[in-house]
Amino acid sequence: MCLAIPGKIQSIELLYGGAVKMAKVSFGGIIKEASLEMVPTADVGDYVLVHVGVAISKVNEEEANKVFGYLKEAGELDELYDTELSSSPQKL
Amino acid sequence: MKYVSEFRSPEIVDALLKEIKRTVKGTWHIMEVCGGQTHSLVKNGLLNMLPDNVQMIHGPGCPVCVTPISLIDKAVHLAMEHDVILCSFGDMIRVPGSGMSLLEAKSKGGDVRILYSPLEAVKIAKENPAREVVFFAVGFETTAPANALSVVHAHREGIKNYSILTSHVLVPPAMEAIMSDDDCRVDAFLAAGHVCAIMGISEYYPLVEKYQVPIVVTGFEPVDLLEGILMTVKQLESGEYKLENQYTRVVESEGNKNAIAVVDKIFEVTNREWRGIGNIPFSGYAVKKDYSDYDANKKFSIAITEAHEDVTCLSGDVMKGKIKPHQCPNFGTKCTPLKPLGAPMVSSEGACAAYYHYNLTTA
Repeated sequence: MCLAIPGKIQSIELLYGGAVKMAKVSFGGIIKEASLEMVPTADVGDYVLVHVGVAISKVNEEEANKVFGYLKEAGELDELYDTELSSSPQKL
Repeated sequence: MKYVSEFRSPEIVDALLKEIKRTVKGTWHIMEVCGGQTHSLVKNGLLNMLPDNVQMIHGPGCPVCVTPISLIDKAVHLAMEHDVILCSFGDMIRVPGSGMSLLEAKSKGGDVRILYSPLEAVKIAKENPAREVVFFAVGFETTAPANALSVVHAHREGIKNYSILTSHVLVPPAMEAIMSDDDCRVDAFLAAGHVCAIMGISEYYPLVEKYQVPIVVTGFEPVDLLEGILMTVKQLESGEYKLENQYTRVVESEGNKNAIAVVDKIFEVTNREWRGIGNIPFSGYAVKKDYSDYDANKKFSIAITEAHEDVTCLSGDVMKGKIKPHQCPNFGTKCTPLKPLGAPMVSSEGACAAYYHYNLTTA
């Protein structure tokens, strides 16, 4: 439940005159939206730890790859697929 | 996958286990508070690798498990009787209430949706202005910023048909409740890494001092957990008690200031009922009065009969470390994940369910 998954910021969209910073984040190719309001200095190309659609901290690339690799191998990425929104990505 | 090995490499795991065995002299009971850590310890077989005199006690850190059955009944009631679009995380949807789970409510025609993020629920509310959308907002401190942010987003957009049904719980008051129990057997804690990534670590200093108990902020991967256990054992063997941080690569001492600010904006601390444990003072969040339009508890009048727990369930004893899950007479017989009698059997992060799924009957 407190799982946070590292992903790479692909693009950033500013809403409400810059008050809300939303990003498209790639988790090993699965793209999800995440709020960057908790890590306002995060930029395109940075890696962030994302918990339920909100980035909670920045991590370096090596750490991100290690953790993502571990979570994938351990079969802990179900929450990326376990949704019903029409915009949900397909399971890889 | 060249990076994977480092977190579960047999060489590193072996070296840490040897170091733990070399260090430990006494018998120690260490509680990992977080259900994610319980899950990782069980799944990776670490419990059977630790020396017998290092006993892990699995704490109440599974928010889905400690959500009171009456709140699940409320959510089901909202979905079935109030025609709301009821959204929550996948784990929560599957937990049985006294009558049915939200998943069963869905199969009976309730509009129940499994979401990845509460921010998606705000979008659904925007797209369905004629319907009420409720997000069943469970979680520890890690999840509080996301749930709070959903209210901030709805408020900013002027969305009136969105609200949250909160069952938010806090880790330090639960640790205090465990330590103040006369029968407490906990000698040290592994604190939950991502909770501390949000809140920082300062809340734990008073607990360390008051109960003279070592607390080590720890991550989730097998190597993290063994490092955290080793740091804890070293303190215990030397008679020290201090707060240490194993998970420095993610946890900063002061936490995430932006996250704390959004939580403070929307939530206030309140007493909270923990399934299997009871009422713990100041142990949860409720929506502040200023935002009560977004509080499903205030928005809908929900009159349901209070549900009672099964009296034969020993989950309280499991979560306090008095017994191991498999030592309960109901384990795997009258109580299984499909038909749980109590909280820790309901989600894969609960201690009983973790033991059941990984067939652990000896640790």
